[in-house]
This record gives sequence, C-alpha cells and structure tokens, in this order.
Amino acid sequence: MKVSPLRLAAIPLLMFGFGFALVPLYDVFCDITGLNGKTGRIEASEIDNSQVDKSRTIEVRFLANTGNGLPWNFQPLVKMMEIHPGQVYEAMFRVRSASDEPTLGQAIPSVSPGLAAEYFNKTECFCFTEQELAGRETIDMPVRFVVGTGISENIEQITLSYTFFSLDKG
Amino acid sequence: MYTDTAHDAAHGEHHDHGPAKGLMRWVTTTNHKDIGTLYLWLAFTMLLYGGSMAMIIRLELFQPGLQWVEPHFFNQMTTMHGLVMVFGAIMPAFVGLANWLIPIMIGAPDMALPRMNNWSFWILPFAFTILASTTFMEGGAPAFGWTFYAPLSTTFAPDTTDFFIFAVHLMGISSVMGAINVIATILNMRAPGMTLMKMPLFVWTWLITAYLLIAVMPVLAGAVTMMLTDRHFGTSFFDAAGGGDPVMFQHIFWFFGHPEVYIMILPAFGVISAIIPTFARKPLFGYSSMVYATASIAILSFMVWAHHMFTVGMPVAGELYFMYATILISVPTGVKVFNWVTTMWKGSMTFETPMLWALGFIVMFTIGGLSGLMLGVAPVDTQYHDTYFVVAHFHYVLVTGALYSIIAAFYYWVPKWTGHMYDEKLGKIHFWWSTISVNVLFFPQHFVGLAGMPRRIPDYSLQFAEFNMISSIGGFAFGLAQIFFLYIVIKTIRGGVKATDRVWEGATGLEFEQLPSPPPYHSFTEAPTVK
Repeated sequence: MKVSPLRLAAIPLLMFGFGFALVPLYDVFCDITGLNGKTGRIEASEIDNSQVDKSRTIEVRFLANTGNGLPWNFQPLVKMMEIHPGQVYEAMFRVRSASDEPTLGQAIPSVSPGLAAEYFNKTECFCFTEQELAGRETIDMPVRFVVGTGISENIEQITLSYTFFSLDKG
Repeated sequence: MYTDTAHDAAHGEHHDHGPAKGLMRWVTTTNHKDIGTLYLWLAFTMLLYGGSMAMIIRLELFQPGLQWVEPHFFNQMTTMHGLVMVFGAIMPAFVGLANWLIPIMIGAPDMALPRMNNWSFWILPFAFTILASTTFMEGGAPAFGWTFYAPLSTTFAPDTTDFFIFAVHLMGISSVMGAINVIATILNMRAPGMTLMKMPLFVWTWLITAYLLIAVMPVLAGAVTMMLTDRHFGTSFFDAAGGGDPVMFQHIFWFFGHPEVYIMILPAFGVISAIIPTFARKPLFGYSSMVYATASIAILSFMVWAHHMFTVGMPVAGELYFMYATILISVPTGVKVFNWVTTMWKGSMTFETPMLWALGFIVMFTIGGLSGLMLGVAPVDTQYHDTYFVVAHFHYVLVTGALYSIIAAFYYWVPKWTGHMYDEKLGKIHFWWSTISVNVLFFPQHFVGLAGMPRRIPDYSLQFAEFNMISSIGGFAFGLAQIFFLYIVIKTIRGGVKATDRVWEGATGLEFEQLPSPPPYHSFTEAPTVK
C-alpha cells in the first residue's frame, strides 16, 4: 500500500473546510433542536386559538440587556406573566436612548431553558428588524408570542431574554 | 520509488558523507536524526520556558492573597504555560522521537520528505518567538486561557491576539507537514518483510496520531481564522450581536481539542509498549489488541468533545450521549493498561531507569485516567468543572503521562542515539526526585479542587492555604529536578560508558538488532531484511 503525500495533503485541506462547515451545521442542528435558545417566528394566521390549554400555567419572565456599549436604557414593562400554552400574549418593552445622536440597534433573543425555545414562537417582535432611535427618544415595543401546547410537562418557567447590540460603526 | 539512479551515479562518491560542519548543518539539514535532535532540543527549551511560567504560578499561589504578580499577568502565565507546554513541549518532543525512531525502526534510510521535514521544524522557532514576544508588547501575552474561548479572545482581547493567531497557524502548518511526512514514511518506506502488523507499536501509534493531526489541526486553524475575521473583517462567527454564537466556538475548539489530547498520549502508549517488554524480557502481551485499541481510541476521540462543555447548557440527551461515549473510551484504554501489566506478569523484570519511568507512567497515568472517568460523569462534572480537580487530572495524564513517557524514551534510546550510557545512578535519582515531587505537587490539587477551588484564579480562600503551599513546594522541587535532567542530558551526550549495539539485554527491533550505537549518519541506505 503506497500513498502519495499530495493526496494526503487533501485531507487537511478538506478538514480546514470542514471546520467552516461546522458553522452552518451547528445552526441547522440548533434550529432543529432549539439547543442554543433561539426562538422561532410564525405568522399570526398560523395560530389556532382553539388549542389553548387552560389546565396549564407557565411563568414567563422577561430580561432586557444592552451589549457592546449601546447607550440605551432597555427594560420590560412587565417583569413576569402567567400564561397558558396555545394562547397569544403581548409583552411590552421600553427603550430610552441616552445619546444625543441617532443610534441603531438590533435585539438578539434567547430563551431558557433551551428545550423551551422550540415551542416559543413570536408573531411580532422588535427583534425581527433593526431599531433606530433618535437622540433622547423613548419608544415602547411589543412582542406577541405563543408557547406551543406540545411543550414538556416539566417546564414551569421560561425566561425570555433580549440583548440589544449596537449596529453603529466605530 | 524515491531513488533516482542517474542522480545516485553522479554523486556516488558522496554516499557515506557525514554531517556538514558548523552551525549551518543544523539550519540546512534534511537528516532525520538531526531534525529529531532539533525537535527534542526545542521541546526541552519549551519545557523549561513553560516550566518557568509554572513556577511563577506556583509562587503566586504559595500563599493566599496577591503576593508577587498582578492578576492580568497571572492570566498571561496560565495561558502561555498551557500553550507552550502543549504545542511547544509535548507535541514537538513526540515529533522528535518520531523523526529519530521511525526510520530506524522500519528500516528506512530517512523520512519520506526530508526537505519538508526541515521546514516543519524550522517554522516552529519562529512560531514560538512570535508567541513569546507578545509578553513584551502593550496589551501583553494571551490571557484568555489556552482554550481561548470567544468572546474573551475576540471582543475583549488585546491587539497582541493577532500574533497569537498567526503563531497558531504556523504551529498547525508545521504539525500537518510533519504528520504527512510520518504517514508517507510509514506507508511507503518500510523494509521488505516489515508488514503493518510487524511494526513496533511506537510506529503504529504514530501512524494513528499522524492521521489525527491532519484531521484536527486544520479545524483549529479554521477556529483561529474565524477569530481573526471576527476581530478585523466584520464577520460574526462567535458574536451574538451579528447572529453568531460564542458557544459554537467551544464546540469547534473541542472538536479539535479532544483528539488533540490523544495526539499527546497515543505516542506515549507506543513508547511504553516498547520499554515494558524489554525490561520484563517477554514479548508484548496482546500486540494486535494494542493496535486495535489505539485505533478505537482515535476514532472515539472524535465523538466525545462536548464532555469539556457539560456546564454550558446541554439537554439531558446530549449530556447522556457524551457521558456514555466518554466512559466508553476507558475500555480500549483499559485494554492497554492490562496488556502492559500482563506483559510484566511472571517476567524477569529489572528496574533500570527507563523501566522506572515507564512504570511511573502506568501507575500515575492510570490515576489521571481514573479522575478522568470521574470528570466524564456529567452530573458530578457540574461540581468539578473549572476547579483544581480538573487541573490535577490533566497534569496527571500530561505530566506523569505524556512527559514521563518522553523522559522514559530518552533514557531508553539515548544510548542508541549517542553511543553513551547515561549515568544510571543519576537517572534513578532523577526518577525518584521527580516522582515524589510531582505527587506532592499535583495530588493535593485533587483535594482543593473537590473542595471548590477554581482554576485560573491568582487568589483563593484561606481554607485552601495549606494544600496550596504543599503543592507549590512540590512544584519547585519538580522544576528543579528537570534542571537536573538537563545536566544528565548534556553529560550523556558528552561522554559516558560505551553502549553496546543491543543496549539492553531484552531489547528487540531493527534499531537495536541491526544498527550500531550510535548509528551512522545515514543508516539503512540498503533496506534490511525483516524476518
């Protein structure tokens, strides 16, 4: 059995590519399993209100943070809600810019426990788009969400966290 | 395949030439023995460099409170210590052993790609100079741990991190070239009759290690490239703000990192499998099971990476899978340990220095393996994670495992390499000095770890004070023992009792049976016959 070193060199080249292929693989894997807490998005028309499970109550808590130096004060107006799976709820978040200049931000959601992420769907969210605030502006932003009825019996509490990151260059 | 008859005829009169004179010999050499020697000296230099940083760490931890260094400098020390020991000491030492031993073990005249071999080596001094130079730059050396988790190494790291990234790229290129060379040598250049299943286990373990290297070093290169583009070119692989995920860094890193730990231990298994039969005067028990066990460990090593990340948040199914897969590795590893023990069973054992180091390896590597089993159990790992228990675990497998096997290999083959016997009395002193001090150094770290002392922190709670002081004293003694080792190495190279060609009564293999001690500069220019 003889081997050509040049052919061998193909293995590290392929593996270098594989390292980068891990990125989309990871995203697909997390999308299917909801492992990294990324929430889903559905259209309002997809919601079936007849499926509300009144027998279960889940506590949903809201967290709001800002990252990488965005000068915004960002808070949920309600810190906690009791919800029934299958029903659509609305939660409001308030953001106030402490800057005199217009600023641009993007909110990144995360759900904990990760296993709940698969069932946590939003029909409307300020995180779907970039948000621009004028100097010293304050706005209230809604999130409309529904927790799927298929969610595990063991989950009694869900935390929905948003972090606003600055999109301003420099 | 590699002979060019016209070329041979033209230069026939130079056929038996020895090494060139002067310093340029070492710069331009393509001789596997020279390059092996260069690698081993680089590894020793890096061992002392990384060791000196360990001394600073132990000095700071000698007493609670901040005594000697700033926390940021302490972080640089833990990070650089890990990087230098992994990439500078252990890996090059094994590559040096591979260069020296593989051709003379399989009856080949040299490595398959001698010029590339020269490159593989000479990249490394530059890589480590670049890495070490960051210590003197504004921002300092890498301080984010040898695992360089994002975002510590991306968003929050100083500009010197780019030097680190470039150095890692260079080390990766060196390792991959070296590994390709090893594979090509082993598969193409064995003497007639040296079938795969007749190869010494050191050659087998290196063949498998080389495949691990070409499979995972490029993934590491990919990870640091992603870091580089995240830092400077606006990508967001690991930045949540741009849709990336810092946890993904850990997955990619450990996809490299777990096979990497086997890269550092499989050649050690090969060394021990050579030494134990010699001094037990019995053939190795279960040769083929050793080969299969090594291959199984290598394959399993790709499937267990997330056991380094049990605490980042994983569903129970993931924890269970990675736990079971991890524990499964103890089966082939156990096969190896039991085979070594069975090789010694009813053997005519003697305890020369290489045997002592090999026995020390078996006992203490197994201690490290046992704490590894504990760490592999997901529910209890939640308590052990990032404590000194982990530090104790991987130092038992890397210091008393990998490093001990390298030292054992030195004592075992140095009479063959130099033609001089080392001083047996000094070798034994070195062994006992190291073995007592290394246990004083690392064993108490199990206790403080279980009690909750976190790793990588320059200060600790008062209740850990006694054990840390004991550990530091062991550390200083162990460090000093390796300076003593340097003396032994130099003394052996410069002279000593003439070694016989066989060196050891029970030694087997082409290098002992068919070559003089020391072997000529060009050995096996005509292939030996293997029965």
